[in-house]
Amino acid sequence: MSVQVRIPTPLRRFTGGSEEVAAAGTTVGSVIDDLERQYAGIKERLCDNEGQVRRFVNIYVNGDDIRFLNNLDSELKDGDELSIVPAIAGG
Amino acid sequence: MASSATGSASGDASARPASSSHAPRVTSVLDLVGNTPLVDVTKMAKGLSPRVRLLAKLEGLNPGGSVKDRPALWMMRKGIESGALRQGKTVLDSTSGNTGIALAMIGAALGYPVSLVMPDNVSLERKRIIGAFGAKVIYSSGMEGSDGAILLCREILKKDPDAYFKPDQYFNEANPLAHYESTGPEIWEATGGRVTHFVAGIGTGGTVMGTGRYLKEKNRNVQVVAAEPEDALHGLEGLKHMASSIVPGIYHEEELDRKIPVPTEDAYELCYRLGEEVGLVVGQSSGAALYAALQVARELDEGIVVMIFCDFGDRYLSTNLWHGWVEWAKRRRPR
Repeated sequence: MSVQVRIPTPLRRFTGGSEEVAAAGTTVGSVIDDLERQYAGIKERLCDNEGQVRRFVNIYVNGDDIRFLNNLDSELKDGDELSIVPAIAGG
Repeated sequence: MASSATGSASGDASARPASSSHAPRVTSVLDLVGNTPLVDVTKMAKGLSPRVRLLAKLEGLNPGGSVKDRPALWMMRKGIESGALRQGKTVLDSTSGNTGIALAMIGAALGYPVSLVMPDNVSLERKRIIGAFGAKVIYSSGMEGSDGAILLCREILKKDPDAYFKPDQYFNEANPLAHYESTGPEIWEATGGRVTHFVAGIGTGGTVMGTGRYLKEKNRNVQVVAAEPEDALHGLEGLKHMASSIVPGIYHEEELDRKIPVPTEDAYELCYRLGEEVGLVVGQSSGAALYAALQVARELDEGIVVMIFCDFGDRYLSTNLWHGWVEWAKRRRPR
């Protein structure tokens, strides 16, 4: 099963500049694991040592914040869109 | 206010509020920009040399609620002086929030319409405050961060350049000049010229550049230190990771003595501690400044380390900084 993942500017160095990539998985957590398989190093940016999503990282499934769904266990359907949204920088 | 620079950190509960006889009466809200106090936060550092003080400049006490009142006011005044800003023009700029709030406030006070380009994921509080000042907000994609707002703003300006005055905080020398002419002298005076280190986060770089220049002119041994997010993906709203950003034209890294990378979680942790241990609820960038200041202070035998607390924490209550923080802090910091 495949979902589209929107990659914010600060993480595009991992995806070779791609703004959107495809990843496989049935939950947000398994999609992040698949992203890590494709783009080594990206998971560490998104999750802490305990595997939890970092406090300042916002992940949305079709526009809904996963904190208000089921965090990393939030389920995904084929064709869902997952967005990683950064905090605001700079002035 | 000089006594506040080095004075008692006892937190004496019997201390009376400062006399109101010096409370100013002003004709415009703009007269209230600047002259912010320093507060002693040395107790945040355990095991420091007793000859080291940590002082935070509370920029949240500016009328617009942040350090950005200073550059915004200087840029608008310079624009009026040069004729670039005149009646009939709209003030347009890109901002991550605090500069937008400051420009909106000043526009309201001076009678100029203001339009601001901001990433759509800025905090709800910021959006509402800006609306309350009657300014218009144009949203850029949150996925593109503040650089996306910079680029969209340039496009809007290109379509109708005569309609707008763009303060251009990233490239306008009036931004660091505001700090050279106000923040720097205030710190120098409030510490009786005894400041040894100045620490500020980098957003546009205006604060650290302008204040640093002034202090170094007064005493070339003053060390100027910038706190910078450790990584491109970070949660220190208002600060910029320079290596992965459009570098502001006013930012000259060679003038800094040192840059300290700040992990977001550590800055958040310090925000929580400041609330509980000092009674100051501040924004993310203040936690970042304190993180860097603590690192500096621990290496010193003697010195006065002054840092900038850009704003208070209440304008971030809807953001990740305060969302679920109690549980997080407990996990991270077992009591």
